[in-house]
Amino acid sequence: MIAEIGHFALIAAFLLAGLQATVPLYGAHKGDRGMMELARSTAVGQFALVLLAFAALVNAFVTSDFSVLNVAQNSHSTKPMLYKISGAWGNHEGSLLLWALILSLFGAMVACFGRNLPPSLRARTLAIQGMIALGFLAFMLFTSNPFDRILAPPSDGAGLNPLLQDPGLAFHPPFLYFGYVGLSISFSFAVAALIEGKVDAAWARWVRPWTLAAWCGLTVGIGLGSWWAYYELGWGGFWFWDPVENASFMPWLAATALLHSAIVVEKRDALKSWTILLAIVAFSMSLLGTFLVRSGVLTSVHAFATDPERGVFILALLAVTVGGSLTLFAIRAPKLQTTGVFQPISREGALLLNNLFLSAAAATVLLGTLYPLFLDVLDAGKVSVGPPFFNATFGPLMAPVLGAMVIGPFLSWKRADFRQAMQKLWLGVAAAVTAIVLVLILSGVEGILPAVGVGAAVWIICGTLLELADRVKLARVPLSESWRRARRTPRAAYGMTVAHLGVGLVVAGVLGATVFKTESIQNMKPGDVVDVAGYTFTLDRVERLNGPNYQAERAVFRISTDGEQFATVNAERRAYPVEGDTTTEAGIHTTWVADLYAVVGEGNPRDGWTTRIYHNPLVPWIWLGTIVMSLGGVISLTDRRLRIGAPSRRRAPTSGSSSPAPAE
Amino acid sequence: MRSRKRQRLWIACIGLILLGAATALALNAFEDNLVFFHGPSDIAAGKVEQGRLIRIGGLVQENSVNKIANTAKIEFRITDGVAATPVVFEGILPDLFREGQGVVANGRLDANGLFTASEILAKHDENYMPPEVVEALKKSGQWKMGGGAAPNAAGGNS
Repeated sequence: MIAEIGHFALIAAFLLAGLQATVPLYGAHKGDRGMMELARSTAVGQFALVLLAFAALVNAFVTSDFSVLNVAQNSHSTKPMLYKISGAWGNHEGSLLLWALILSLFGAMVACFGRNLPPSLRARTLAIQGMIALGFLAFMLFTSNPFDRILAPPSDGAGLNPLLQDPGLAFHPPFLYFGYVGLSISFSFAVAALIEGKVDAAWARWVRPWTLAAWCGLTVGIGLGSWWAYYELGWGGFWFWDPVENASFMPWLAATALLHSAIVVEKRDALKSWTILLAIVAFSMSLLGTFLVRSGVLTSVHAFATDPERGVFILALLAVTVGGSLTLFAIRAPKLQTTGVFQPISREGALLLNNLFLSAAAATVLLGTLYPLFLDVLDAGKVSVGPPFFNATFGPLMAPVLGAMVIGPFLSWKRADFRQAMQKLWLGVAAAVTAIVLVLILSGVEGILPAVGVGAAVWIICGTLLELADRVKLARVPLSESWRRARRTPRAAYGMTVAHLGVGLVVAGVLGATVFKTESIQNMKPGDVVDVAGYTFTLDRVERLNGPNYQAERAVFRISTDGEQFATVNAERRAYPVEGDTTTEAGIHTTWVADLYAVVGEGNPRDGWTTRIYHNPLVPWIWLGTIVMSLGGVISLTDRRLRIGAPSRRRAPTSGSSSPAPAE
Repeated sequence: MRSRKRQRLWIACIGLILLGAATALALNAFEDNLVFFHGPSDIAAGKVEQGRLIRIGGLVQENSVNKIANTAKIEFRITDGVAATPVVFEGILPDLFREGQGVVANGRLDANGLFTASEILAKHDENYMPPEVVEALKKSGQWKMGGGAAPNAAGGNS
């Protein structure tokens, strides 16, 4: 019964989305206030209905209602409660419902919190959002209904892929989708602005917080996914340039570029059509990712069901969305007048540089991801594009961004003095050079690139802190004056500082995990000892134990340094009888400066076990860094300007043309 | 207005240069880093370059898996039912690595025809057959319609 309610709620949401997609658009065209206002109520109503459907599905999973096909295929009565709940989105249909839920959530949030948006812009934005919802709800109802019943329910379900039965992965999809799908609202704002034919500073101010919120979710989601891959797949790596990872990374790159270019629109009234284009591209990348992941063209842990019909449907959605918005862009973009003129050496120049390189990086990732698919379609052979390709292209393209992201905040708008900025940064330059020299002399790692990488991390962290110090005139004015300045500094500025520090941490972590890691593979019997990077690992024992829905073989390692034992780690191999799968659980001891990581393979007491032991310096900083980055985003979101909202319609025209930007 | 035009020109130029640089980087990286897929029959026919990173796939031949005592090295053969390639791998095998199952490996071929695998790719569930493996089996004529019906993995004339 409850499943049917969920199904009906979806149908009702679909109809409401149809209303939301059309009437407000007509109303905005005619200037009819009532029709425009319909956008808000339908957006909220649609969210309530999709939420109801979602609750119905979660309920079916929690109560193990195996008469629902989806539950029977993806759940099992012995599964722990957390994974019964997360199982609701750990499958094709359920994850699409989560998609639709977040899509409607963003619509509802704009309806509720976007009070000071001009009514016509709000109506059009919500109408576009309604169109996307219409497409996805139709997709669910016609090809992937999560509430399908089976006539003869099995006594128990088929279980969830054990790899997905993990706390990191339980929360990975909601965060990732919040970002992924959240970018839809930037897209809707962009298309609405194209319809209106007006993009100004006020528009940028409205669209930025939504993009920022989505970006924060995306950052955390990608971080969680990478963390999961690190400890669950047992390969000791954090990022594999897997097409599925790339599918989430491309929208992130585009969204990052969009965040920065929106600032230029707001402050300098320039880069308008570029920003609109980025908003379209960012969401198109999200859709492309959804297509790649959901259609089954890629086989991975994410490809739950491979059904050509579904692939074609998403491809059609992708074509309509991208094609439609780009056509509109081609017609309208030339009309967008730019008033600001700018010099290459200026804050906006640095932001433009950041944008160009981020986009170029996103383009190479796109190329590397799609190239094997193209060749396959053309029947030109099977190839794969692995990490070496991405490392060779992505690294060089990101280097200028990492350099410029420190200098940019020191440059003033319009026209800046590069030498003056570098004078303020001399300490950062000195720190980076020292770091490079130290690594070259001490680390024993070959080549200059690792050293330059460390220099970049030091450069970002020092330079960002120097910018904060410079802003409050630390040590140049009395401390009380600095404190006063620090308190007056807008939160958005702190947000930037924190987010940029996060980037520095991630860069350091990535280097630790790739260049400075030590790895050792061997055969071990209980009592055997292995030395890795100055740590002694002793295989203490291998024991069997029973988990809630699995049996495990656990290898206990004692770790000591200088003869003194300071930790034990447990590496496990788990066998899940219901699903017939085995998973590897790495044993990890973290000191926050390094991870000691052990994995055990197949073996027996007579021959011993294969073990793989890593010393991964700085790895935890990768995830710490992603959290810090999104924290920066959240801090920026609490900025007074954004909380109170943008100026109302009356004030909009005056702030439109190159408003004197507050110095920040 | 003139300065804005000139500025636009600048931006366009920089953009184009960047695009060129990105393309050059990508093409260069493609040349060195594209990993081609081959089946055991291709290798037996001598179509495969030695020393280059390639990806091979097929079924793990029955009774071919041998763990070398007191090391983490494993030897086995990958077969497409017609030919078989000897493989050596040091490390932890994926959880679903089994004799008679489909497998994909990245690595290099040496002069003696031994394939040293740097990575054995994990499968995510029992029923899944890597598409490359399906392709290799189709090419060797050993693929039987109906998905799971795997050919005789004991075969292979090597």
